[in-house]
Amino acid sequence: MRVGEIVTAGFLALLSLYLMWKSTELPIGYIAGRGPGGGAWPFWLSAIMLICCGCIAFNWWRGSNPAAQSDEPVLDSHGWRTLLLVGGGIVGFVALVNIISMYGAIAVFLFYYTFILGRHRLILSLSISLITPIALFFFFEGAMRITMPSGLPFTDPVFNILYDIIY
Amino acid sequence: MDVLTLLADGMLLSLQPLNLAMILIGVTVGLFIGAMPGLGSVNGVAILLPVTFLVPPGSAIIFLAAIYYGAMYGGAVSSITLGIPGASTAVATTFDGRPLARQGRASLALVTAALASFVGGSVANILFTLFAPVLASVALSFGPPEVFALMLLAFATFVGLGGDDIPKTIFSICFGLVLGAIGFDQISGAPRLVLFDYNGFLQGIGFLVLAIGVYGIGEMLWTIEQTRGDVESNTPKMSIKGMAVDTKEAAKRGWRGTMIGSFLGFFVGVLPAAGATPGSLMSYGVTKMLSRKPDEFGKGAPDGVAAPEAANNSASTGSMLPMLTLGIPGSPTTAILLGGMVIWGLVPGPRLFVDEQEFVWGLIGSFYISNAAALLINLAFIPVFIWMLRMPFTILAPMIFVLSIAGGYAATRDMFDIWLMVVFGIGAFFLRKFDYPLAPAVLAIVLGPIAEPTLRQSLLLSSGDPSIFFTRPIAGPITIVALVLIFLPAVKLLRRGLGRRRKRPAQ
Amino acid sequence: MKITKRMFMSIVGASLLAPAPMQALADGWTPRKPIDFVIMAGPGGGADQIARFVQSVAEKKDLTNRPLVPNNKGGGSGAEALIHVSNANDPDHTILVTLNSFFTTPLRQANLGIDVQKFTPIAMMGVDPFVLWVHKDSGITTMDEYVAKVKEMGGEYVMGGTGAGQEDSIVIAYMSDAYDLDIKYIPYDGGGAVAKDLAGQQIMATVNNPAEAKGFYEAGDFVPLLAFSDERMPAYPDVPTIKEMGHDFSYYNQRAVVGAPGMSDEAAAYYQDVFTQIYESDEWQGYLEAESLSPLWMNADEQRDYWALQVENHKTLLTALGE
Repeated sequence: MRVGEIVTAGFLALLSLYLMWKSTELPIGYIAGRGPGGGAWPFWLSAIMLICCGCIAFNWWRGSNPAAQSDEPVLDSHGWRTLLLVGGGIVGFVALVNIISMYGAIAVFLFYYTFILGRHRLILSLSISLITPIALFFFFEGAMRITMPSGLPFTDPVFNILYDIIY
Repeated sequence: MDVLTLLADGMLLSLQPLNLAMILIGVTVGLFIGAMPGLGSVNGVAILLPVTFLVPPGSAIIFLAAIYYGAMYGGAVSSITLGIPGASTAVATTFDGRPLARQGRASLALVTAALASFVGGSVANILFTLFAPVLASVALSFGPPEVFALMLLAFATFVGLGGDDIPKTIFSICFGLVLGAIGFDQISGAPRLVLFDYNGFLQGIGFLVLAIGVYGIGEMLWTIEQTRGDVESNTPKMSIKGMAVDTKEAAKRGWRGTMIGSFLGFFVGVLPAAGATPGSLMSYGVTKMLSRKPDEFGKGAPDGVAAPEAANNSASTGSMLPMLTLGIPGSPTTAILLGGMVIWGLVPGPRLFVDEQEFVWGLIGSFYISNAAALLINLAFIPVFIWMLRMPFTILAPMIFVLSIAGGYAATRDMFDIWLMVVFGIGAFFLRKFDYPLAPAVLAIVLGPIAEPTLRQSLLLSSGDPSIFFTRPIAGPITIVALVLIFLPAVKLLRRGLGRRRKRPAQ
Repeated sequence: MKITKRMFMSIVGASLLAPAPMQALADGWTPRKPIDFVIMAGPGGGADQIARFVQSVAEKKDLTNRPLVPNNKGGGSGAEALIHVSNANDPDHTILVTLNSFFTTPLRQANLGIDVQKFTPIAMMGVDPFVLWVHKDSGITTMDEYVAKVKEMGGEYVMGGTGAGQEDSIVIAYMSDAYDLDIKYIPYDGGGAVAKDLAGQQIMATVNNPAEAKGFYEAGDFVPLLAFSDERMPAYPDVPTIKEMGHDFSYYNQRAVVGAPGMSDEAAAYYQDVFTQIYESDEWQGYLEAESLSPLWMNADEQRDYWALQVENHKTLLTALGE
């Protein structure tokens, strides 16, 4: 945790610097008679963020907050595994949306999570991952009239049938 | 007295069997729409609009009111059960609603939210009935300096909301404000902070993208990591008796917050620019300040659920006032309602309140009935929400992820925003590990885009002279109170010798 | 009760109503999925009201077999909408309700790489004129009094509008130049906010579409001084036009529907047919009259010519503005 704390603060300081630099594309000063320029608000707020990062680093150096004193790893092996499997699963889910449509991706993600991560029985996992997207389809497209991404063109025949049902 | 007659007519109209059925359907549908992360009353009202052509306007209005109320109640449900605020107005509800749910007291939180919403809505309806025209002129006297002063006051309540680590809290507030500045600069019209020169950032970053990322993904990942993936469900089964006990406890421990929220929320909600979010936030802050046990807040105080819920319901009703009396929408939902009025052949504007009394009071009358119906239906569904919480965590968790992503897409209809959501989620996971409070950022992204333009509009008005915030009769006192509230804790801190400087953006 | 049933169905969504009988387009193209009806403005503004009105007419008359789904993309003066529609992966099901930022935003944001001529013309639903308004308590009733007042204030006269480079700021810039006025301009985020602050006298005057100020005008709060239309408007017969005052200028906000770039000819023909029917409906004609819009019907080729002309005009206007 001790290393993680300062690395995080350092990263956020860099982010603040980037935001400050980006803000200078618009005037950051006080324009006489007109008030602050367009870049002033984000520039000075980012500057305060940078100062905060400095304070965080100072506290770290003094060891005055819990994270700075702890020698625990930020993520143990189990933590990394969780992040990779669950976080990676979400990234995969979102990546799949553009390929096999929102509903297809939901089905795959649910099956992945319940069957592989959750170790539920096959029947239960399958039924959850099939019923949920269908229910959501009728909710979003039928009731709310919100069209979700339908992926690559090869999914069109399926959607055409579904649209014929609801309209 | 004919106002009361019209009001009674409106209520009676709502009680006809057909209309009553519409109220029940509308409230139920609204409840589920509101409980869905990403969706809110704006979606419910939007899908209904075209249908209003097919039914008599009277019934259409009633239906709109029912959906509106249902969705308002539903907002609290996702804040408490899923831990994801579905709307910016419900962020404050998570502060205490979520801890209560974790302690297995979700039913207490839900009952408190329902009762507080009902009282908030009722108080707002009564104030509306009595004082509508007076309040309209108050709303008009709020120009940019007054709105900015009000935003300062809302920020002042932040001071008590963060964690113990002050630099991290300030960082979080500023980060939210900067994120809110991405997109176009309203005053100069120039693109601003287009990160990595990627065009997707031109449209700015919406509240929902950050909120769903932080709560729906980041917070969930953190929970899974902390609990090793399997949260033992400690939510007890529901029983009638249990609910009666909860109701009693909710009334006892939530009445203060409810009263503060109902009144404060209404007055803030009436101002067209401000809306329900600062209303609910300020009510939470004030309730905490006035409470005898401020330490309980954030750890599961029923008052902390009651205050924002009463306030956002009250404020949402209040936001109808500028629409009906001035023809100015106070929120996206009222904007769509306003569009509906054009379709029905009504002219939005100050004449509406005078010329179309039947419509106006019919609408308000149906608010009373919808509010009551929403309370009953919400209470009836609480066991269902509790049942959801009792699902094995390995089923509930992926469901929450799915609802977050699909609901997020439904709200923004842009895959770029979904990717941003994932990035925020993973970032939030790490920041959470290092005790960075993130709620201030989530609220700041809502308040920043109101605060900055009003600040700069005011300075344009005064040719750059900041004394405008102190010399105007309404803005002056608000600004001074806000500054005192902001600097009071800072002075205390300095006294304690921490020597760290607290800041405010230069005016 | 068929009505109740229908209503219930469209809410709950499991609509099993008979497939909507369409106008006879037996051989033609019809949409297969809901139509993404993108609006170049946030909810509540003038463009949004029009879009929702159009949508409800289509719904009422059952003109499309798949619904028009309104999608507000108002960010960045319409840049958000233009990017969204340009990148639409299904151009046959994506249409856009435009205003003049259709011309100005691509000019002001050249890096977006938007070429308006790539869009598909569908229908010009009408054009919205602009009017100069003051609050009744100012006591000003004529343009002469207004000019005198602004000059007397010497740079302290405050007007509100929807931002630099927006339609009203172009009009105000022209007017300031023509009458040699020094005006303090406060940008707001929408026409509604501007109207509210004029009603509350936070600002002294605005240039707005009649639709946005109509409620306050009828209540007697707003006084129209000058119209920026070619001829006097039927709803405001006593308001002189700037042309009568000897300045050859008029400015309208277009209310047009365009298709995504790359839309097929068949789909374009379908939408042109649908929007022609909407345009000719009593509802729309009534709306044009009630909201003081001027009809300006054009076919597809005329629309393209109109776009080219508008792009040139706006280039000149924006250059004059110093953009």
